[in-house]
Amino acid sequence: MDTTIKNSNLKSEEYFINMGPQHPATHGVLRLLLTIDGEIIKKVEPDLGYIHRSIEKMCERDSYQQIVHLTDRMDYLSSHINNEAVCLTVEKALELEVPERVKVIRTIIGELTRIASHTLWWGVMGMDVGALTTYFYGFRDRELINDIFEETCGARLTMNYNIPGGLMFDIHPNFVKRTKDFIAHFKTKLPEYDTLLTGNVIFQKRMKGVGMLTKEDAISFGASGPVGRGSGYSCDVRKHHSYSAYDKVNFNEILKTEGDSFARYQVRIEEMWESMSIIEQLIDNIPEGDVQVATNAVIKLPKGEFYQKVETARGELGVYINSTGTKNPYRLKFRSPGFSNLSLLNHIAVGGKIGDLVASMATLDLVIPDIDR
Amino acid sequence: MDLTKDFKTEFMTNEALQNLISSWISELEFTEESSEFLNITVKAEQLHQLMSQLKSNTETNFDYLFCLTGIDWGKELGVIYHLESTTHRHIIVVKVQTEDRENPTFDSVCDIWKTADFHEREVFDFFGIKFNNHPNLKRLFLTDEWEGFPLRKDYVDEINMVIK
Repeated sequence: MDTTIKNSNLKSEEYFINMGPQHPATHGVLRLLLTIDGEIIKKVEPDLGYIHRSIEKMCERDSYQQIVHLTDRMDYLSSHINNEAVCLTVEKALELEVPERVKVIRTIIGELTRIASHTLWWGVMGMDVGALTTYFYGFRDRELINDIFEETCGARLTMNYNIPGGLMFDIHPNFVKRTKDFIAHFKTKLPEYDTLLTGNVIFQKRMKGVGMLTKEDAISFGASGPVGRGSGYSCDVRKHHSYSAYDKVNFNEILKTEGDSFARYQVRIEEMWESMSIIEQLIDNIPEGDVQVATNAVIKLPKGEFYQKVETARGELGVYINSTGTKNPYRLKFRSPGFSNLSLLNHIAVGGKIGDLVASMATLDLVIPDIDR
Repeated sequence: MDLTKDFKTEFMTNEALQNLISSWISELEFTEESSEFLNITVKAEQLHQLMSQLKSNTETNFDYLFCLTGIDWGKELGVIYHLESTTHRHIIVVKVQTEDRENPTFDSVCDIWKTADFHEREVFDFFGIKFNNHPNLKRLFLTDEWEGFPLRKDYVDEINMVIK
């Protein structure tokens, strides 16, 4: 009754609540310590390390060929691009020029990886805000890409297709046809994503004006990938520090200036169209030639420091190798996109509700092994 | 709105960068050997001054700290900062080191780039390097009870917990 509430001594106070480490919306073992007042978030403090495998320390023990395989296990949804990052760094250090055929195939598979990652993100993102159907739509299309990978690389997720100096083996004879079939199929399916979710009024109300991030903050927090581009920050590594065959194709860097969750959502949806366009430009023009250049069985990098950045589905992955001229790196650092993107979660969530935190976090597209390494 | 049009308009070459930056602080060491970027080695006490100038100066405008790496050189402990300007697109590497392995301390750059918050905590976690004026310097990945700093070269890993 009215009077009871008015006259009561009930008052709100701040308290802690654990979100995770086993929480469906964190998509992995991420624990968030929330300080809340009622349902208003006062502070979000991530607690990391539940699946830290000290990959950087293991790299100091391993040969360069072995390191490539560890990188699959970081951002497992961009495994091909992670592999490529290490290979490119080693090739840069050895001043090794890989054949054009390798560059084109790497680019095609990289873009297929991006579509696969974005479809999975779209599925689980819809699920996070209560739209369960998206999950099945997203996985339906992603399976087709995984089938292509399985045929060519032998694996569906951790592909291990790159080696320093090229590719492990040539593409499967069916690769070109299946990729084209997939593009034709996905062109009819991607508009369904918009019909089902993008235009939904409830969904838009959950997304628009929520999780605001300005361009200045995006740069300061080291945001990259769709998170940065949703705030109007031009950060596409494929454009600014082109690698593999990206300098040979025309594509647009998708930029949105709103800086809210909906902008980040739109960037990823439109990026899938761009990825399809990149694949279409390359798939009929894969140059003939070898798929690897010979390297020594034991790769020794020259003394020095080498840095290479690539654009994974989540943003900028950097590989820093400090070599003393031996067969192992003296120090190897992975600058992972998820780690920097996670650091801005507190900034965009404070002042909002717990439900909005889940929605904002979904648009950051975090992969926890990428953060924990 | 074309957000990409201004790129590389005021890109500075390594030489131009070196000339400008050496006019701010005299005791810097520059090197381009064995790295594709211009490397600056700075003394710990001048680190914060140099960093804030690199960010605030409109000609350099290094507003993007894209990588922060802790490193153990055997005798010294150090930190390597990779900086990029999102307007001019030039890149620079700043290095700082100390021989004090018991209590290595540098000034935090959290107030200049917000991303440094997490990255410095990671370096503290694995190398035991402390950062002055850091708002929340505690372990990030490892538990509070963890002894030692695993990415140091002299870390004793008796039960093969870190590397099997």
